[in-house]
Amino acid sequence: MARLNVKIKDLSLKNPVMTASGTFGYGIEFADLMPLDGIGGIIVKGTTLRPREGNDYPRMAETASGMLNCVGLQNKGVDYFCEHIYPQICDIDTNMIVNVSGSSPEDYAECAARIDALERIPAIELNISCPNVKDGGMAFGVTCAGAASVVKAVRQRYHKTLIVKLSPNVTDITEIARAVEAEGADGVSLINTLMGMAIDIERRRPLLSIGTGGLSGPAVKPVALRMVWQVARAVSIPVVGLGGICSATDAIEFLMAGATAIEIGTANFLDPTVSIKVRDGIDSWLEAHGCDSVEEIIGVID
Amino acid sequence: MKKYLLDLRVRSVDRLHQRYVLIKLTGESPLPDMMPGQFVEVRVDKSPTTFLRRPISINFVDKKLNELWLLVAVVGEGTRSLAQLQPGDTLNCLLPLGRGFTLPQDAHQRFLLVGGGVGVAPLLFMGAEMHRMGCEPTFLLGARTADDLLLMEEFKRYGRVCVTTEDGSEGEKGFVTGHPILRQEQFTRIATCGPTPMMKAVARHALQNNVECEVSLENLMACGLGACLCCVEKTVDGNLCVCKEGPVFNIRKLLWQD
Repeated sequence: MARLNVKIKDLSLKNPVMTASGTFGYGIEFADLMPLDGIGGIIVKGTTLRPREGNDYPRMAETASGMLNCVGLQNKGVDYFCEHIYPQICDIDTNMIVNVSGSSPEDYAECAARIDALERIPAIELNISCPNVKDGGMAFGVTCAGAASVVKAVRQRYHKTLIVKLSPNVTDITEIARAVEAEGADGVSLINTLMGMAIDIERRRPLLSIGTGGLSGPAVKPVALRMVWQVARAVSIPVVGLGGICSATDAIEFLMAGATAIEIGTANFLDPTVSIKVRDGIDSWLEAHGCDSVEEIIGVID
Repeated sequence: MKKYLLDLRVRSVDRLHQRYVLIKLTGESPLPDMMPGQFVEVRVDKSPTTFLRRPISINFVDKKLNELWLLVAVVGEGTRSLAQLQPGDTLNCLLPLGRGFTLPQDAHQRFLLVGGGVGVAPLLFMGAEMHRMGCEPTFLLGARTADDLLLMEEFKRYGRVCVTTEDGSEGEKGFVTGHPILRQEQFTRIATCGPTPMMKAVARHALQNNVECEVSLENLMACGLGACLCCVEKTVDGNLCVCKEGPVFNIRKLLWQD
């Protein structure tokens, strides 16, 4: 066994494999199928200060090597999370990380502050990049000033590890990454989904209820990998890579591009046990190539 | 119910008429417990255009032969690929998923099971379970033509079968809701699966006659586990995942009233 543990500021991961928000529920949905404590972290469904019903159905369309979604942050709000969901997940022996979203810097900060009080949640992932809600989400993540304003507000109220999830729907993602680093982010994760569209030609209307949605799956992997590589060279905080990872090979590409850890998203729908297989695959690869630690391959691509 | 991810072996693939296939699967060890109305998410293949798993109703479980039956209408690339499976192939299945139909509480309850097209699939397993409990169901099965009526001999094993076809080529001509049995007999409960307009018409009949009624929805879905929230249906309790809270819902829970 190679050493697989990595760190993002104060957050210690037993291995670099996490599951991405919105694709793995609260973890417990997958408990019959795989050992949840076998991976480095679980990033639970996007949580907002107040409950959200999300967008109308249809929210999903299958595309070539991927899918579009416009779920729109359906969740029962942070208070429901703290009272009803947290007690069910707090004893899972891995990092349970909450993805936090909002519609104003104050909302984000208040939501983050309530999660700060939960002993067994060691980190949050700040979602400034959801493409499927009008009031906030990606609106903050596409300008340096917007991104900075949210991170600044949250940093004042949140004291544990703060990871900021970045949108790829921007001209230069490295500028946004630098802006959130300057406001005290402990790490960045990227990429959120790429905005896309699909049309039902018989009915002459979009397949998704709000017209557009976020593209995920292997179709976006090369774009995600390129952005992770660019951002890793632009900032000095750790980068978490995600976007279409389906295999250990994919994961190792992201690590080599500069990611300290990775998240698996859409691939959980194809194989709910994929994250364990990726962890094992990284381990075997390291051993076969004489590496004692995963850290030996992080960022080896100049 | 505990969920499993299993590689099942294809025992047979039978073409039924032009557009349907009956796939019989078996496992190395005894298949897990499954309930009528639950479903399976099958991995189609690695073709880029059939990226996600396909949710398929559990058509029948034969415990003695350790067989799981899936009845599939060939409508697109994913189902076409399933139809091309050969005996001996493996099919990766995530099962059993969702909540099924309410079963009778005693042998005296009279259940009407209304199916349309390939939506008859889960009603065979439901009828067989009822029959095993000593409760004979009445099936009301509708299709466009006689060629779209599926597994009729199987249904007849477990209960009384009434049929409608839109072109009158078999049974009563018209839709299931026009069948005289709905006016002539009283039922404790109706369970239905098929095209949405049909289920809505059946639900309307049930509400008007104050009969409990459950419908099986087939919203587009991705994960099958209640994780991605793509397949939601609007209900009196807000948006609920069809894959986890359903696919079977009591019509009083849905916002179907026009």
